[in-house]
Amino acid sequence: MMEKSTSPIVRIRNLSKSYRRGSQVIPVLEDISFDIPDGEFLALMGPSGSGKSTLLNLLAGIDKADSGVIEIGGIDITTLDESTLAGWRALNVGFIFQFYNLIPVLTAFENVELPLLLTRLAKHERRAHVETALRVVGLADRMAHYPSQLSGGQQQRVAIARAVVTDPTILVADEPTGDLDRYSAGEILDLMDRLNRESGKTVIMVTHDPRAAEKAHSIRYLEKGELKDVRA
Amino acid sequence: MFALKLLWRNAFRHRLRTFLTVLAITIAIVAFGLLRTFIDAWYAGVEASSASRLVTRNAISLVFPLPISYKDRIRQVEGVKIVSYGNWFGGIYIDEKNLFANFAVDIDSYLKLYPEFVLPPDQLAAVSRDRKACVAGRKLAERFGWKIGDTIVLKGTIFPGNWEFVLRGIYHGRDKTADESQMFFHWNYLNETVKKLVPRRADQAGFYMIGITNPSLASQVTMAIDELFRNSLAETLTESEKAFALGFISMTEAIVIAIKLVSFVVIIIIMAVVANTMAMTARERIGEYAVFKTLGFGARHIVGMIFGESMVITLTGCAVGIALTFPLARAFASAMSNYFPIFNVSKATIYMDVGAALLVGVVAGIFPAWRAVKIRIAEGLSRIG
Repeated sequence: MMEKSTSPIVRIRNLSKSYRRGSQVIPVLEDISFDIPDGEFLALMGPSGSGKSTLLNLLAGIDKADSGVIEIGGIDITTLDESTLAGWRALNVGFIFQFYNLIPVLTAFENVELPLLLTRLAKHERRAHVETALRVVGLADRMAHYPSQLSGGQQQRVAIARAVVTDPTILVADEPTGDLDRYSAGEILDLMDRLNRESGKTVIMVTHDPRAAEKAHSIRYLEKGELKDVRA
Repeated sequence: MFALKLLWRNAFRHRLRTFLTVLAITIAIVAFGLLRTFIDAWYAGVEASSASRLVTRNAISLVFPLPISYKDRIRQVEGVKIVSYGNWFGGIYIDEKNLFANFAVDIDSYLKLYPEFVLPPDQLAAVSRDRKACVAGRKLAERFGWKIGDTIVLKGTIFPGNWEFVLRGIYHGRDKTADESQMFFHWNYLNETVKKLVPRRADQAGFYMIGITNPSLASQVTMAIDELFRNSLAETLTESEKAFALGFISMTEAIVIAIKLVSFVVIIIIMAVVANTMAMTARERIGEYAVFKTLGFGARHIVGMIFGESMVITLTGCAVGIALTFPLARAFASAMSNYFPIFNVSKATIYMDVGAALLVGVVAGIFPAWRAVKIRIAEGLSRIG
């Protein structure tokens, strides 16, 4: 088991985000500030439209805030331009989607290899990393399978392998069990828990499911764009 | 390697759609290639012309002949190496549909002027010995199944009557640009016969072919020859062989321009077809592009994927189209040999095929690539599910 650090890996200050619909401005997040310690497993909960996925997207660097600071590992990602941000994401963020979002024309092995193509690793090194990641998620025997040949739970495990293969600073998961049956959802949550406990990965997970949230060390509720409650 | 694998698999993800698009490109490339070859065939005479050959004809019109006595005077012009002469005979073999060019020429000098027509020495000797001898091109002989020694009868149109010839020689082209579908026979045979039947038409040549010592002298020799016969009863017009051939083409220039336009329209239409395919593809894959961006792939990777896929489709269609162009051109050449004795797919046509395919691939990818790059990741991801 990894030793947990108490220093925040994520530092959010006065974060605001709104969307435009025609001439109408719809505020989604308003002046949010909080920290996430290194090695934390945080669940973000809240009703639909509360802004939890938007917050996750901002933390992952795939959306731009209107104002505020998002520091991850000491870097304020709100100041990075698009190209630098893409490079930063490749090294620092592992993303797990609700619908797995695997590339259907690539095998499990090739899907996991994708993020490594942006690194300077040689082919044999990439192979070693991919095999390790797939072994960790229990799919060493499914490397040559295409997504369509895998169950939903297996696809999500491939997606998790893809998310961790670059050894990122944080793992962000948007409703990772939302498309799975109860048994598969349990497996995925166990896997995420194991990654958090054994590898010390900081996990930030958006979920509607209270059973999923139970796996987290802390839960934060978002409602109408504001952090309403904190339960550690 | 990984990128190529991804491009190839993506391109053939929707097999039917890709197959139909590739088929459309193939048809367009074949059509474009054949139309360009058709235009080349139109200009074959121009391409085959030599810079060291001049043509002298009556200044009023090609229809009017020139006295044969001009031959010796032309030969004395400085820069002239060899003079040949002849008449368009316009004979018909059995039926009017059996069109081919036939000339009465001074065979010895004519073959010296046209080294691209290769006649074996023994056949040349046989031709020289026989007053009624004729020489046919290899393709022409094959077309009618003529063999050496065969008697060939042409029905005269300009020079009425049935004209009998004996095939003494079959020439072949030195290269693919040489026309192997002509026939020629001794001018003396024509002249002697005409002299008996219509004496006033004798001792006249329809044209003089002139070989010059140096192509740089062409303009000087041209002026000198025409100056020689100025104010005579039959003034001459001398021009390079190329200009002479272009003179014929200019009469049908509107057709050539129309064919050129059609060939470009074919490419524009196929551009729209491929652009539509790529637009559909990119629209369906917006979510996937968002995933790639999330993983850290930048705009250049997304642009590369879209243009690459577009290129895979267009170049596949282009390769199949080019491969089909050759047998189809051969079939067309065989069917239309009466009208187009030279119908060869040129290297320039193949380069234009490839250029057109590359252009289509690039243009078809521009809008989808721009759209995929511009879309926000969060918006792209929201399209999934």
